[in-house]
Amino acid sequence: MDKALIELLKSGVYETLYMTLISTLIAYVIGIPLGVIVYVTDTKGICKNRIVNFISGAIINIVRSVPFLILLVAILPFTRLVVGTTIGSDATIVPLVVAAAPFVARLVESSLKEVDAGVIEAAKAMGSSKIQIITKVILPEAKPSLLIGATIAVSTILGYSAMAGFVGGGGLGAIAINYGYYRYKTDVMLITVAFLVLIVQFFQEAGIRIVNKIDKRLR
Amino acid sequence: MIRFENVSKKFFSKDGEIVAVNNVSLNIKKGEVFGIIGFSGAGKSTLVRHINLLEHPTEGNIFFDNVNLTEANEKELRVFRRKIGMIFQQFNLFSQRTVLDNIVYPLELAGVGKKERIKRAEELLALVDLVDKKYSYPSQLSGGQKQRVAIARALATKPDVLLCDEATSALDPITTRSILGLLKEINEKLGVTIVIITHEMKVVEQICDRVAVMSEGVIEEAGNVKDVFLNPKSSTARRLIMPDDRVKYLYNDRRILRIAFEGQSSYLPVVSSLTIQCETMINILGANTENIGGKAYGQMLIEIPKEADKEKRIKQYLDEHGLYYEEGGGVNG
Repeated sequence: MDKALIELLKSGVYETLYMTLISTLIAYVIGIPLGVIVYVTDTKGICKNRIVNFISGAIINIVRSVPFLILLVAILPFTRLVVGTTIGSDATIVPLVVAAAPFVARLVESSLKEVDAGVIEAAKAMGSSKIQIITKVILPEAKPSLLIGATIAVSTILGYSAMAGFVGGGGLGAIAINYGYYRYKTDVMLITVAFLVLIVQFFQEAGIRIVNKIDKRLR
Repeated sequence: MIRFENVSKKFFSKDGEIVAVNNVSLNIKKGEVFGIIGFSGAGKSTLVRHINLLEHPTEGNIFFDNVNLTEANEKELRVFRRKIGMIFQQFNLFSQRTVLDNIVYPLELAGVGKKERIKRAEELLALVDLVDKKYSYPSQLSGGQKQRVAIARALATKPDVLLCDEATSALDPITTRSILGLLKEINEKLGVTIVIITHEMKVVEQICDRVAVMSEGVIEEAGNVKDVFLNPKSSTARRLIMPDDRVKYLYNDRRILRIAFEGQSSYLPVVSSLTIQCETMINILGANTENIGGKAYGQMLIEIPKEADKEKRIKQYLDEHGLYYEEGGGVNG
């Protein structure tokens, strides 16, 4: 393998990790509050509100139903507005966040739904305010499940980031497309695929280990 | 201390209106252990949730220390709830917090300082006899231990009232007895008023002072446990006292007596001596008795001979031994 290719792969791995992690982080900053809102405004929630629930649910569903590749192209003007360019890793983060945030919100919502209603009732009976129930009871009780959700989110976002290679995004996806697909270099294609698999494996394994360590229900 | 005034709770569903609690008026006195007994679906849990306003009544008022809780706003309610502890059938502990952190939680809400919180939690752990489980997580505890933690947590803010929603229904008989013993101790030592929801007569027998019998959202009768137990007026109370189908014996012309044990020594062979002293045969049709701390509690249905003189002797014997009895098993009458 020549030196240039190694350098290329190195920067590819770095860019992929950069895009994935930053996007996941921002997606969670948006997705957690959104997921909490959908959860608490549900008919069984602690702040029942049909209108807010409908609007937030609709936003999530609309964005989630647009295929990522189409979303990527459709929001190009918005991407340019935010980062000033439409190519490269930074430009990929914008559509990644837009696509991942609603997905994360759904993951968060389903994790929160696992929290035992009896525990929430007990917290209420002890005189907790709604905010306290969310921050001191529901989120901490859902923590292990939220972490499992995060490992799923990371793998999904990683997959999306590779797709962005088609329209000028960076990372391993771009290498696989530009070298492996357009130049028929099968070996490069296979190596990038192997790296993608390894990265997903790493996050999955790390996530599960952390969950096993922090979940107090499993002892 | 807690007063229900014509409280009704209706739930509206697609199938129509369900009346869970129907025009209930109750008065629970300070310092007593008050039982609410009934079969599943009688509305007991819904009723007890009105005391801390986890359920809002559709009609009627609830007073706590003469303050009308139904008129309190969110913020006032939260303060009231600190005076009303609650424990549940499924314990409802925080699974991701240690035993200590579970107990500390209500104190965090009340804004108690960290040092003070831990000190108070340790006192409570000593009270419920779980000092060595301080750093354990709920999943590492047995059912009885979990309920003890829940009791400690409910008492953290020094409440005036403790609500127990089927608190022993998920526990075995021995653990049930020890939890009830702990509740009685809390009632006597700390003067906490206790309201107990249950479907088991023996829970009421063991610790309650007064009891209300509930069925289909209505309080069928209420009074001192002894009175309800010895002389149940409602069919629900009779069925709770003498479960199953023993009633079927009572529709013919046989002479049936219902004997109630209400704390006589369980060491006396009452029935054996009856047959010897009265020189007669009796037939035990059913018994539901229990030995609680060396005393007998429960019911027994016996069939006695039809001869009038024998019946007289038997009744005389029962009177002499201070046993309450009722003819016809108490179901025909």
